Amino acid sequence: MTADAQVGTVDERREHAGGAPPEPLVAIRNLSKYYLRGDQVIPVLVDIDLDVPEGDFVALMGPSGSGKSTLLNLIAGIDKPSSGEIRIAGVDITQLSDADLALWRSANVGFIFQFYNLMPVLSAFGNVELPLQLTSLSRRERRDRVETALALVGLSDRATHLPNELSGGQQQRVAIARALITDPTLIVADEPTGDLDRTTAGEILGLLERLNRELDKTIIMVTHDPKAAEKAHRVVHLEKGVLVH
Amino acid sequence: MAIPLAYVARSLAARRLTTALTAGGMALVVYVFATVLMLSAGLEQTLIATGQEDNVVVIRRSSQTEVQSGIARAQADVVEALPQIALDAEGRPLVSKEPVVLINLPKRGTGKPANVVIRGVTQAGLGLRPQVHLVEGRMFRPGTAEIITGRSIADGFQGAGLGETLRFASRDWTVVGVFDAGHTAFDSEIWGDAEQMLQAFRRNGYSSMLFRLTNADDFDAVKHAIETDPRLTLEAKREQRFYAEQSEALSKFISILGTSISIIFSIGAVIGAAITMYASVASRTGEIGTLRALGFSRKAVLTAFLLEALLLGLIGGVAGLLAASVMQALSISTTNFQTFAEIAFSFTLTPRIVVASLIFALGMGFVGGFLPAARAARMKIVDALRAA
Repeated sequence: MTADAQVGTVDERREHAGGAPPEPLVAIRNLSKYYLRGDQVIPVLVDIDLDVPEGDFVALMGPSGSGKSTLLNLIAGIDKPSSGEIRIAGVDITQLSDADLALWRSANVGFIFQFYNLMPVLSAFGNVELPLQLTSLSRRERRDRVETALALVGLSDRATHLPNELSGGQQQRVAIARALITDPTLIVADEPTGDLDRTTAGEILGLLERLNRELDKTIIMVTHDPKAAEKAHRVVHLEKGVLVH
Repeated sequence: MAIPLAYVARSLAARRLTTALTAGGMALVVYVFATVLMLSAGLEQTLIATGQEDNVVVIRRSSQTEVQSGIARAQADVVEALPQIALDAEGRPLVSKEPVVLINLPKRGTGKPANVVIRGVTQAGLGLRPQVHLVEGRMFRPGTAEIITGRSIADGFQGAGLGETLRFASRDWTVVGVFDAGHTAFDSEIWGDAEQMLQAFRRNGYSSMLFRLTNADDFDAVKHAIETDPRLTLEAKREQRFYAEQSEALSKFISILGTSISIIFSIGAVIGAAITMYASVASRTGEIGTLRALGFSRKAVLTAFLLEALLLGLIGGVAGLLAASVMQALSISTTNFQTFAEIAFSFTLTPRIVVASLIFALGMGFVGGFLPAARAARMKIVDALRAA
């Protein structure tokens, strides 16, 4: 869970691969999503093509209803497209069964939500530990990992606190620790600062930047906030379900 | 992989009031269910404990009870001569030839009449029932109008206490002793001298015979000898079996009635559990979406909510059983359908009843929790997260 534990930066891996550009971590081809309302077909995403290289930090922006959250959900494997392909680390997740997709998510995706989505009855420790319940780690290994993750987000002294005993910023830090705990390939964040004041939002964005820079985490973040988007390496705009670069 | 139990248990604890009310409803149903079974078990145990393993009861063939039975003196002599019967220290056969009569006595307090068994016994009859001990007064003297009463009768009927007088069979009978029969059916009887009872009730023959076998394994031989002898129209039963049969009808009636009532009540409790669990699912839609997003499978969500409902049932079950266990301190009396006589017994909590009640409670939790749990497991992740 520390920077030392990672296998290296993208540049180092590129060097290791003989200089050839690595395959993008996220490769989206002809992705469409429609909803049916009676006989009416409502397009949400239309023919999206998008590559996200490993180690990238992408901000998805666009007006409400542009389809950015739907795109994020499809990339995270919690929604199914109407057509198209989403390859993540070489796996076409659109072809996975419901159960396989759940397993895949548990190993490969870390989630950060706008309203933190912590379990109110579990302590900060219990919330961060939750994804590890899906692994075969021993209780001691789990404890060590959770302690490291909480230290990373600066909440070692709040481990036993319930979410309602923490501020919004602290809750989002717990959520970030939970997103990191399984050391996922990809972190998806849906408006991670949407519920926070400017100062706290800045701290959270700083933490995300650190994860990207020091731990080489690939981050895709949906945001309305141009200040938040500035922290990303690049910004992808969506309008009416279509990418406008 | 499972959602941690701590999450399941704390989710219940977080909604203390609804959890307590729902579990309380289940506890009431379990209480009714358990007490009815305890009643039935208490009755069975009282009557089964009444018998001794190596004692044999002889009654007229096809009569279900001693009151219906009649044994002529000549027939009693034939039975008494059987070689398998054990002898006392003085070489006399350990046989008690007993008249058994039902009389009507008013209860203390209410004055309501109830049937009571009067049994004429001999010295041998006392020896054959080692569980019977005098706790007050003394033994009746043979050849007199003295009687001793079982503890339940002495406590429950007018004129049946020590030193009081009962009038029946045109005579006044003085209660000279009270006996404890160790929570057996004899506790609900009045005993006097057998010959005095025969005379008082103008009986020529006995109602039943009780004897001890030298060897308990000789029962089949004795039974064969009695039931194939053309002079005898009698049947022999082990004493334990005889008393167990006495309890069957009433015990079955209590069980069926009680179970039916419990099942009707349980429908209400199941609906209560279902409402609680539906509310729980509705208020935790966002949590369900999050759990699924984190990688917990539909099965894990189904299991977690089912476990929560089962835990709710278990809490109700344990609370109901605890309340029911208090009933053990109570002793009640009622009329046994088969003997038409009053019988006193207590609620008896057996391990079987504990297990049955807990299974019943868990069953209510499962049935009440299944549909809400299935609903939680079927939720689409994005819809659930949107509801958060």
